[in-house]
Amino acid sequence: MTVTLLPFLACFAMVATGVTLLLERSLVRVLAGVVLLGNGINLLIVTAGGDPGGPPFVDVGGRADPLPQAMVLTAIVITLGVTAFLLALAHRSWQLSGSDEVQDDTEDRRVRLRARRGELSDAVRARRDAYRRLVAEQRAELAKLAAEQAERERLQEADLEQRISRVHDELERWMRERRQEGLTEEEVHLRFEEAGRREDAAALDNAERIEQLREQHTRGREEQAARERAMRRRLKARQREARRQMRAAIREERERQALAQDPELEGED
Amino acid sequence: MERLICVPVLLPLLAAGVKLAIGGRLRRLQSLISLVTLAISVVVSALLLVAADTRGPLVTELGGWPAPVGICLVADRLSTLVLLVSSAVTFCVMVYSVANAYAAQEHDAPMAIFHPAFLVMVAGVADAFLSGDLFNLYVAFELLLSGSYVLLTFGGTESRIRAGATYTLMALASSMLFLIALGVTYAATGTLSMAQLAERFATLPVQVALLVELTLLLAFGIKAAIFPMSAWLPDSYPTAPAPATAVFAGLLTKVGVYSIIRLEALLFPGGPVSTLLMWVALATMLTGVLGAVAQTDLKRMLSFTLVSHIGYMVFGVGLSSVAGLAGAIFYVVHHITVQTTLFLVTGLVERRTGTTSVNGLGGLMTTAPLLAVLFFVPAMNLSGIPPMSGFLGKLMLVQAGMADGRPLPVALVAGGLVTSLLTLYAVAQTWSKAFWRGPRAVRAGTVVESEEYTGEDPTVTTTAVPGALTASVAALVAMGLSFTVLAGPLSAFTHRAAAELMAREPYVTAVLGGRP
Repeated sequence: MTVTLLPFLACFAMVATGVTLLLERSLVRVLAGVVLLGNGINLLIVTAGGDPGGPPFVDVGGRADPLPQAMVLTAIVITLGVTAFLLALAHRSWQLSGSDEVQDDTEDRRVRLRARRGELSDAVRARRDAYRRLVAEQRAELAKLAAEQAERERLQEADLEQRISRVHDELERWMRERRQEGLTEEEVHLRFEEAGRREDAAALDNAERIEQLREQHTRGREEQAARERAMRRRLKARQREARRQMRAAIREERERQALAQDPELEGED
Repeated sequence: MERLICVPVLLPLLAAGVKLAIGGRLRRLQSLISLVTLAISVVVSALLLVAADTRGPLVTELGGWPAPVGICLVADRLSTLVLLVSSAVTFCVMVYSVANAYAAQEHDAPMAIFHPAFLVMVAGVADAFLSGDLFNLYVAFELLLSGSYVLLTFGGTESRIRAGATYTLMALASSMLFLIALGVTYAATGTLSMAQLAERFATLPVQVALLVELTLLLAFGIKAAIFPMSAWLPDSYPTAPAPATAVFAGLLTKVGVYSIIRLEALLFPGGPVSTLLMWVALATMLTGVLGAVAQTDLKRMLSFTLVSHIGYMVFGVGLSSVAGLAGAIFYVVHHITVQTTLFLVTGLVERRTGTTSVNGLGGLMTTAPLLAVLFFVPAMNLSGIPPMSGFLGKLMLVQAGMADGRPLPVALVAGGLVTSLLTLYAVAQTWSKAFWRGPRAVRAGTVVESEEYTGEDPTVTTTAVPGALTASVAALVAMGLSFTVLAGPLSAFTHRAAAELMAREPYVTAVLGGRP
């Protein structure tokens, strides 16, 4: 009993090539795959002829097994017909869409569309989150500025108090000195007013200086408030800009998705 | 009587040839030829059914060669039953398409191409049911497929070409697998006659037999659209013209199921594959029906339920008991009728309203009450509302599964019940949207925007549906209901058919005539 290996190998090669081509997208390649596959299988059937376990081509009395040959003839005819039909299909596909590529099936496209919608909503959500984060950051910044401002004011006020108390101290020292000189309370006041009237600058200066300091302080506060208002305005503008950008980006994304949508899924499927 | 077996195969082929020769002329004669041919097929199938039931399997040898060498046609109880149902269904569909062509004032093309392709397909289906030889089964497959290729890509529109390419390639892959299995089988056993194979597979080494069985199962599984190989079906069927989809849904997948029944019962009885089949059946039922729930298009929804309900039949086969097989056969008979009816009704809906999308439909209950009834009855039948045949078929399978008692069949029974419930949900959802809710969309050309308007083209036409169309669908609905009335004799018959299948003896003896 001898089995020729060569037909089997040829059959294997043809079927393997045919299957590989069958997995292609282009209908013409698939067609070539079908032809190869069909021929490979026909060869297999011819090889399979003969008694079980016997040689593929029976050579008893010069006759081969007729059954596989009849079958192969039938299979060849059928493959021919199907090949012609596939060619027509590829041609028609080329006429209609300019290519002979087999498209994805409807369910696949539907799933993909759904995935794209998911991506879109993810993108929108990401944008919204970014915007919220930005707003929160800006609020924190504002709060920090306000705190700094309050601190500064507190320091200034403290400074002012200190200065005022220093002036008071000076005044009191002066009056104490006068008292130690043995003057009565009334005389001290008299001397004080006198000094005020005269050119005793130190006493007068003290009162004026307190007045001046107070003024300076209020001016500083107003300026500070104006600066703060301006900054708030700037922050608001920045927020508005960010929101506008976010909306534009979302709109753009939606438009892109709409363009990318499958027109075939719109109608009857 | 034996000679009559050829008639359901040869007569449609002959008629197709004659019609191709006539071309587009003589429309009345053309329709007459189609209808008479299919009517004769129905009568002959009925005669064969009676004969096969009373006298055992009938065999006719083609070309005068004796059985193991030549090709024979065998008509046993299973073949004649499915043959009778399928020819009755194809007859109704032919009435529908003839009426449709007349009503639409279509020109020559339907008569010249649609009918011959349809008849070739019918011949292929009959040949597949009657074939007693694996290679002849392959030829029958190719015959019905080549008819279906033409029907599916009818008109050559873009969506049909796209769907047709996928369908053709899937069918081709299945055919190639089948051919490989044939080559290996012939090399291993030296025969392709099923009766002889039934004896010889048992003598083969287990691995070789298993290899052949799995390859054949894969090839038939693609045809029958069972689970991992079912994605092509809901993609390609909805694009075809309504009568074509109806016949595809009713018959083509059932040819695959029939082949699996033959494979499991006659060629490889009681192998380890039955466990695999049950798992596959469970996956088919659940994935299919979950797909159906998610659809908004009538045709797509029906295609997914089609896939899902194939699971019931595979379940019955996987049980490999007489009760299981009987249930599967009963379910095949029920499902051929009901699924065809539903697709035809959807065709009527599309014809009347111009759309099959649930979002674009509404108020058909008031605008077309007859249509609504014609949809409602088979839809409830499909989802298994008692006392209709869908319920009876499921009941037979449930009983068979519970009688088996192993954990897997019981799990499958549970899966089957869940599937049934979800089918009811999917169908009821469609029903309440398309038929039950108030009319929305368009009447006499004015667009009424409703808040649910979703962008689909609203109803455009209010074409009246011609009486003959409605009559053909009504006949199918009545046929589906008649299975309830005839449930007793029918289930007794399917039990006899299953017993005959499981015994294997009558088939083999009838074909080989006592020869080894």
